[in-house]
Amino acid sequence: MFYASSLYFTGAEIGLSLSALVLLLVAAWGGQKTARLVTILSVAALVGATIFSIHLFDTASVEIAGRAFGDLYRADAFGSFGKILIYLATVAVLIVTPRFFDHRGAYRPEYPVLMLFNAVGMGMMVSATDLMTLYIGLEMSSLASYVLASFLREDTRSAEAGLKYFVLGALASGIILYGVSLVYGFTGTTNYDAIRVAFAANFSTGALFGVVFVLAGMAFKVSAVPFHMWTPDVYEGAPTPVTAFFASAPKVAAMAMLVRLAMEPFAGEVDSWRQIVIFAALASIVVGALGAIGQQSLKRLLAYSSINNVGFILIGLAAATPGGVASVLTYLVIYVAMTIGSFTALLMLRDPSGEPLDNLADISGLSTSRPVLAWCLLALMFSLAGIPPLFGFWGKFVVFQAAIQADLVALAAIGIAASVIGAFYYLKFIKVMFFDDATREVEKHSPTGHWTVLVICVLIISPLGYLLTIPLGDWTTRAAASFVAVM
Amino acid sequence: MEFPILSLMLAVPLIGAIACLFLPAGTARMVALVATLINLLLGAWLWVDYDIGGAQWQFVERAEIFAGFSYALGIDGIALMLIMLSVFLMPICILASWEGIKKRVGEYMSAFLLMEVLMIGVFASQDLFLFYIFFEAGLIPMFLIIGVWGGDNRIYASYKFFLYTLLGSVLMLIAMLWMVNEAGTTDIPTLMQFEFSSNAQTWLWLAFFASFAVKMPMWPVHTWLPDAHVQAPTAGSVILAGVLLKLGGYGFIRFSLPMFPDASAQFAWFVLALSMVAVIYTSLVALVQADMKKLIAYSSVAHMAIVTAGLFAFNVQGIEGAMMVMLGHGLVSGALFLCVGVIYDRLHTREIARYGGLSTNMPRYAVFFLLFTMASIGLPGTSNFIGEFLALAGVYEVSTAVTLVLTTGIILGAAYMLYLYRRVAFGTQVNEDAARMSDINVREWAMLAPIAAAVLWMGVYPESFLAPMRQDISALEARIARVAPDFDSDLTIGEPREHAANYMAGEANGEGAH
Repeated sequence: MFYASSLYFTGAEIGLSLSALVLLLVAAWGGQKTARLVTILSVAALVGATIFSIHLFDTASVEIAGRAFGDLYRADAFGSFGKILIYLATVAVLIVTPRFFDHRGAYRPEYPVLMLFNAVGMGMMVSATDLMTLYIGLEMSSLASYVLASFLREDTRSAEAGLKYFVLGALASGIILYGVSLVYGFTGTTNYDAIRVAFAANFSTGALFGVVFVLAGMAFKVSAVPFHMWTPDVYEGAPTPVTAFFASAPKVAAMAMLVRLAMEPFAGEVDSWRQIVIFAALASIVVGALGAIGQQSLKRLLAYSSINNVGFILIGLAAATPGGVASVLTYLVIYVAMTIGSFTALLMLRDPSGEPLDNLADISGLSTSRPVLAWCLLALMFSLAGIPPLFGFWGKFVVFQAAIQADLVALAAIGIAASVIGAFYYLKFIKVMFFDDATREVEKHSPTGHWTVLVICVLIISPLGYLLTIPLGDWTTRAAASFVAVM
Repeated sequence: MEFPILSLMLAVPLIGAIACLFLPAGTARMVALVATLINLLLGAWLWVDYDIGGAQWQFVERAEIFAGFSYALGIDGIALMLIMLSVFLMPICILASWEGIKKRVGEYMSAFLLMEVLMIGVFASQDLFLFYIFFEAGLIPMFLIIGVWGGDNRIYASYKFFLYTLLGSVLMLIAMLWMVNEAGTTDIPTLMQFEFSSNAQTWLWLAFFASFAVKMPMWPVHTWLPDAHVQAPTAGSVILAGVLLKLGGYGFIRFSLPMFPDASAQFAWFVLALSMVAVIYTSLVALVQADMKKLIAYSSVAHMAIVTAGLFAFNVQGIEGAMMVMLGHGLVSGALFLCVGVIYDRLHTREIARYGGLSTNMPRYAVFFLLFTMASIGLPGTSNFIGEFLALAGVYEVSTAVTLVLTTGIILGAAYMLYLYRRVAFGTQVNEDAARMSDINVREWAMLAPIAAAVLWMGVYPESFLAPMRQDISALEARIARVAPDFDSDLTIGEPREHAANYMAGEANGEGAH
C-alpha cells in the first residue's frame, strides 16, 4: 500500500524516466535517423505526464497531500500546477527546436532525451519536501541543462556557454549544499516539516546562515540579482531553442522550489528572509531594466528581460501569503507564455539563406517585411512591459496586489516605478520594428509548428487572456492552498 | 436588461480596427469612416436617450467576467458630454487623414479606431481597474501614431510621450490597489462615497495627481505635450488635444475631488499656484513660437490651467466652467490643428514665417481660421467664452488674486492668437508658393464646418451642454462643499453708501442746480 501510493504520486516522473531510458536506447541503436521519431515520442511522453499531473491536480486534497516515500516528496496541488506548466513549456520548446539545428545538421535524438531527463529533474524540484530530494532534482535538471547549453559542439560560443553555466552552476550548487549542511546541522533533519518545527523551537544565527546560503543558491538558479551574471552570457551563447527552454521551464521549476522552501520549512522565519527577497526583487527589476538598455543582441535583451521579470515574481513571494503564492503562479503562467512566444518569434526570424537574425539592427522595418510576426512581437513586448490591455499587465497586477495586501506599499511603489525603466527597452524593440526602415531581407515563410506555438502564446497574452482570469485565479488559489495547512 | 448601447459603442470601432488591419488602403479608409459615423449616430442616440434629471448613472451594464474586477459600464452627464466630444471628433480625424496619410493606411486607421474604443471605455468605466486598463492602454495606439506616421523627430517625441505618461500612471495603480484593499470594492460610484482617512487621502491624492497632472498636462510636467503635438500627424494632434488632454480633467472630477475631498482642499493652493504659473508662463512661451503647432500646443497648456483652477475652486460655477472649457477647448484646439493641417498639407511646413496674406488667396480658409482663433481667445458667442467666464467666476469667489493672474493669461492668450493670425492670414504675401495655395476643398469643408457649428452652438446656447451635467456637478459640489478652501476673496456683502459719490451736503437739488 505504501509503495503503491508512493508510486502513484510519482507517476509522472516515473513515466518520464522510463520513456527517457527507452528512447535513449532507441537513439543509441537507431542513430541519427531516429531523431524525428524520438522527438515525437518525447512530446507524447510529456503530454502524457501533463495529463497525469492534471489528474493529480484535480484529485489532490489537503488531507492526503500526496506524500510519497516517507515525505521525501509531495504531489500536492502546488507541485502538480508547477509540473503542468513545466511540461507544457518543454513541449512547446521541443516543437520549435528541430528546425534550428537542422539548418546546421546538428540535430540529434539525444536532444529530446536530455529534455526528458531535465523534465524529470524539474518535476522533482517542485515536489521535493526534503532537502535531499531537492538537491537530486536540482542536479538532475542542471546536468541536463549544461549539456544542452553546449549542444552545438562545433560552435565555440555554445561550448563557452555550457562551460560557464557548468562552472557557475556548480558553484551555486555548492552554496546550496553548504546551506543545507548548516540547516541540517542546526536542526538535525532534512525534512521540510521537521525543519519548520525545529526552527520554531529555536532559530539560531547558524541556522540563519543556512537559510541565507540556501536562498543565495536559489537566487542563482532563478537568476535574481546579485546572482544573475551568468544569465546574459549563457542565454546568448546557447542555441536559441535551448535559451527559450532555459528562460521558461527551469525558471518555473526553480521559482516553485524557492516558493516551497520559503513557505514550508522557512515559513516561520518570514521576517528573516523577507528582506533578502525584497532586496533581490528590487535589484533584479532595476538591474534587469538598466542592463538591457545598451544591448544589441536580441537574446541578451531577452535575458535581461527575464532577470527583470524574476524581480516582479519575487515581489509576490515577498508578500509571504497564500495570495502571494497564487500571484507568483499566475505571473509564472503569463511569463512562460510571453517568453516562449518571444523566443519562438525569434526563431522565426531568419534571412533567406536560413541564418538566424539575432541583432536589433537585423529586425529593423520588420513591420513591413513580416507584418504579422511584427504585430505578434509588438503584443509580446508591450505585454512584457506590463502595459494593459495586454495580459502581461495582469501578472504585474496580481503580484502588486499581493504586496499591497501584505502591507508592503513601499515595495510595490518602488517596484512599479522601476518598471517604467524596463518599458524603455521594450519600446526600443518596437521602435526598431515599426519606426525604422528595413535593412535586411527576412525569410518569408515559417513552418506551421512555429506559428501554432506563437499564436497560442499571443492569444494568451492578448486582451482575450483576461477571460482566463477567473479559472486562473481558481487554480492558483487551489495550488497555493497546499501551504495553508502548513502555515 | 437594457440594450447595451455602451458596449455596442465599444464593439463597433473595435471590429472596425481589426478589419482595417487586413484591408487595403482605400477600403480601410471607408471602413474607418463608416465605423466612426455609426458611433457618432450611437452617441447621438445616447444623448437623446439620456434622462436629464433621472438616475445619476444611466445605461449601466455589468458582467462579472474577470477575476478581481468587473466589466461595469455606465455614464453620468459629465461622461456623456466627453463621450460625445470623442465620437464627434473621430470622423473628422479620419477625414483629416484621408489624403495626408499614404503609407500603411490600414494600420493607421486601426490605431485610430482603437483609440476611440479606449477613450469611450475610459469615460464609460464604472470599475476602477477597468478604467485603469482603458486609461493606460491608450498609450499603445498613440505611441504608434506618433512614432510611425509622425514628423522628423517622431521617435524622440513618441518615447517622451510614452514614458512620461507611463511614469505618471503607475503610481496611480498602486494607489488604486490600496484603495480597493481598504474599501473592499472596485465600484467607482461606491468609492466616490467612501470616506478614506484623512492621512491616507493625502498619499492617494498625490498618486492620482501624478497621473492626472501629466495627462492634463500641468506645468511643470507639460513638456511632453509640445513635442508630441508637433510630431504627431494632424489627426493625432486633434485627438491628443481634443480628447486625451481631457482625461486628466475627467480624472480630477471623477476621482481626486469626490474620493479625496480633504486632500483636495489641502492641496487646492498648490493646484491654483501651478495653474497661475502655467497660464502666464505658457502664454509667454506661446508668444515667441515660430512653429504653428507648437504655439497651439502651448495654448492648450494655458487653457488646461484654467480648467484645473476652475475645478479646485470647489464651487458649481468653477466646475461647470472647467467642464465647458474642456469641451470648448476640445473643439477649438482640434479645429486649430486641423487648420494648421490644411495648410501643412499644401506647403509641408509649419513655420509661421513661410506663410502670410492667406486671406487673399484662401478667403474661406481665413474665415474658418478667424472663427477658431476668436473662439480660442474666448470671444463672447463662442464656446470658450462660456467656459472661461464660468471658471473665472468660480475662482473669483475663492481668490481675487488668482483670478487676476488668470485673466492676465487670457489677455496674453488674445495676444498670441491674434499675433499668429495676423502673421498667417494678413499682411503681404511674401512667399510665392504660399500665395499659390488653393482654398479649402469639400473634404476640408466637411471637417471644419461641423466644428464651427458646434462652437457657435455651445457659445450661443450652452444650456444644451450644461443641462445633462448640472445634476452631477451639484452632487459633486455637495460632497466637496464642506471642505471648500477660503482664500482671499471676501464674499460678505458690504454696506452701501448712504449717498452717491457726488453728493454735496446742504444743497437740496444737488449738482447743477442754479
